[in-house]
Amino acid sequence: MKTIILRTASNYLLPILLLFSIFILLRGHYLPGGGFVGGLIASIAFVLHAFANGLKDTKKLLKFHPGYLMPAGLALSFLSGLLPVVGFDEPFMTGLWLHHPLPVIGSIGTALFFDIGVYLVVQGVTLTIIFTISESA
Amino acid sequence: MMQQVVTYPLLFQLLLSIILMFVWRRIDLQRIISICGSLVGVALSGWLFFHVWTNGTQTVQAASWDAPFGITFVADTLAATLVLLTSISGLAVSSYSSASVIPARLRFGYFPIFHFLLLGLIGAFLTGDIFNLYVWFEIIIISSFVLITLGGEKPQIEGAVKYFTLNILASIIFLTAIAVMYGLTGSLNMADLAVIVPKLENRGLVEVAAILFLIGFGIKSAVFPLYFWLPASYHTPPSAVSAIFGGLLTKVGVYALIRIFTLIFLDDILLDDILLIIAVLTLFSGAIGALVQKNVRKVFSYLIICHIGFMIAGLGMFTEAAIAGAIFYLIHDIIVKTNLFMISGVIYRIKGTINIKSLGGLYEKYPKLSLLIAIPFFSLIGIPPLSGFWPKISLILAGLDTNNYIVIGGIIFASLLTLIVIARVWSEVFWKNPVKLPKREHFLYFEDMTNLRKVQFIAPVVFLTLVSLYIGFGAEHIQQISSRIAGELLNHGEYIKAVMPKS
Amino acid sequence: MELLLAIMTGVLYAAGLYMILRRSLVKLIIGLIIISNGANLLIFLLGRITKGHPPIIPEDAKMFSEIYADPVPQALILTAIVISFGLQSFAIILVKRAYKVVNTDDIDKMNATDEEV
Repeated sequence: MKTIILRTASNYLLPILLLFSIFILLRGHYLPGGGFVGGLIASIAFVLHAFANGLKDTKKLLKFHPGYLMPAGLALSFLSGLLPVVGFDEPFMTGLWLHHPLPVIGSIGTALFFDIGVYLVVQGVTLTIIFTISESA
Repeated sequence: MMQQVVTYPLLFQLLLSIILMFVWRRIDLQRIISICGSLVGVALSGWLFFHVWTNGTQTVQAASWDAPFGITFVADTLAATLVLLTSISGLAVSSYSSASVIPARLRFGYFPIFHFLLLGLIGAFLTGDIFNLYVWFEIIIISSFVLITLGGEKPQIEGAVKYFTLNILASIIFLTAIAVMYGLTGSLNMADLAVIVPKLENRGLVEVAAILFLIGFGIKSAVFPLYFWLPASYHTPPSAVSAIFGGLLTKVGVYALIRIFTLIFLDDILLDDILLIIAVLTLFSGAIGALVQKNVRKVFSYLIICHIGFMIAGLGMFTEAAIAGAIFYLIHDIIVKTNLFMISGVIYRIKGTINIKSLGGLYEKYPKLSLLIAIPFFSLIGIPPLSGFWPKISLILAGLDTNNYIVIGGIIFASLLTLIVIARVWSEVFWKNPVKLPKREHFLYFEDMTNLRKVQFIAPVVFLTLVSLYIGFGAEHIQQISSRIAGELLNHGEYIKAVMPKS
Repeated sequence: MELLLAIMTGVLYAAGLYMILRRSLVKLIIGLIIISNGANLLIFLLGRITKGHPPIIPEDAKMFSEIYADPVPQALILTAIVISFGLQSFAIILVKRAYKVVNTDDIDKMNATDEEV
């Protein structure tokens, strides 16, 4: 699969797809999108890069094992769910929101951080699975 | 703060596995975190149990979405008891596995996944939503797949394929049942279903859903025609993994059966008859299977199947006394089966094999340890006043009350065969003259362990033996707990009121 | 539409079960994938198919004014798909390992678990 067209295209597609995945992640509260789809799109960006440039280059690009995204994302989601329990004596995962929406991003609440956690976990899981399969092949 | 205590054991296990994932490579640290964390987990579950015991059924509406729209976590006495037992077994197996599982396996994330398994178990006991129950079941089976294949030896992989196929099939059947229930009622909350289902006109489809649930949970709890995956897989992984599987995994299926058939599908004579027939056949086939096996762990696997029959029989007779007996047996069985598989691991580490033919002379060499092992064996058989005796008496009395003489016959037959099987294991493994075995290379023998590891290895067996002695000698307390659970299960108005106070 | 979906669900279940009963490991996995798709389709079908709007109340209203589609079955299917995604990728890796260790694709040859060790 190491054609020059794909390689050149993938170098441009990687940042665009990552940006698109973040856009999908952020619009996910009321519109189609969210952490899961966003995470899948982001991992597709890396998989495409791996197709074009080989697994080694993608790993070099990532700098750390994607497996570590799993505990990081889980921890973020867990803490955003735990905040209402510890701070406000509300049930687990109760949504807490800032009163004033921020510019560009909009209202910020625990649901956003939960979704970012999901985004990271999905990337971690997908990339780990795909890297493991393609390494052992 | 007191209201949220329902979710504490659950959240704590999740926290524990996240922390363990961050120290993926440092297995010494993982050992310490896992054992200390499990101790805290037992404390939290104990707290939950006493809170429920004094204040009645507790609920938490996750994310503050009221039932029946959100997911509810419900801790009634049954759930709280099982969460406590899960934590106790988890503590024992955590200490046991830090000594007995070899570092090569620990390095592949044994402890994080082990705590994920406990998380799934606790979640399955606490949830009050039927689709959420499915999700917890999936968490359980995904973690158990990883644990069962860890190490990747040939029998392990083959056992995993069988275990995997049947368990996925069970999940799909369970999912189909949920789909049918949702189509019928438009609700997923178990308390809400308990209100809606008796009023439904379409009894035929309700029956179909009930049978689908029965098959799905039946595969998971290994009842008569659906158990063949269990003896094909439970003897293959390390004994620590078998211990947690044997003690808890099939019992989640039994728990789900008890929950569904005392809450949602009631007054169904056909179903009760089916349950009784299944129970008797399970008792017979499990006991006879155990009789012919030569691998100690396979013998124990068949005994798991056999003893599932007691609980299903209690559920099938459907009187308060019978369900109390089944619950008592469930409490006893979780502790004793976990202990049995840990004992099989102890034998394996001493001798280097698990085949009855090549074992022998353990009593001569380790008399104190053998006497210790005798106690769980006797409680398994049900010699009075040890723990297995009392629930069997309750079940037989309940059988007399409802004139189910075949069930009584099955119970007595299974108890007798258990006695014979255990006597055979005892005489072959402990009393027979020792057989000369070649020393295995690269094998961690019990004698070669450091003193700390020996303590970590034997202490859980002692601990669970003490717990099962308490269940036997403090039978009055356990009987009190199980009759209260049976009362709550049969008068489920309180459960529904706790989940949906407004209705 | 309902009838078509019902027939399709039945076909998927039947095909899946048939594939599970074959002797080849790969066909076993394909069977599991097909049958879980059947289950997802069944949830979709039994959740009542309605042509309606997304179940979001507009900002200036207090309740739904138009017919809306039930979001719960979709949430259930999404969850089930995510779970089966994880399970299937595990299954594929497991089958690959099994093929390497046992050196055959034939399920009938997998009887090391019945041997006396």
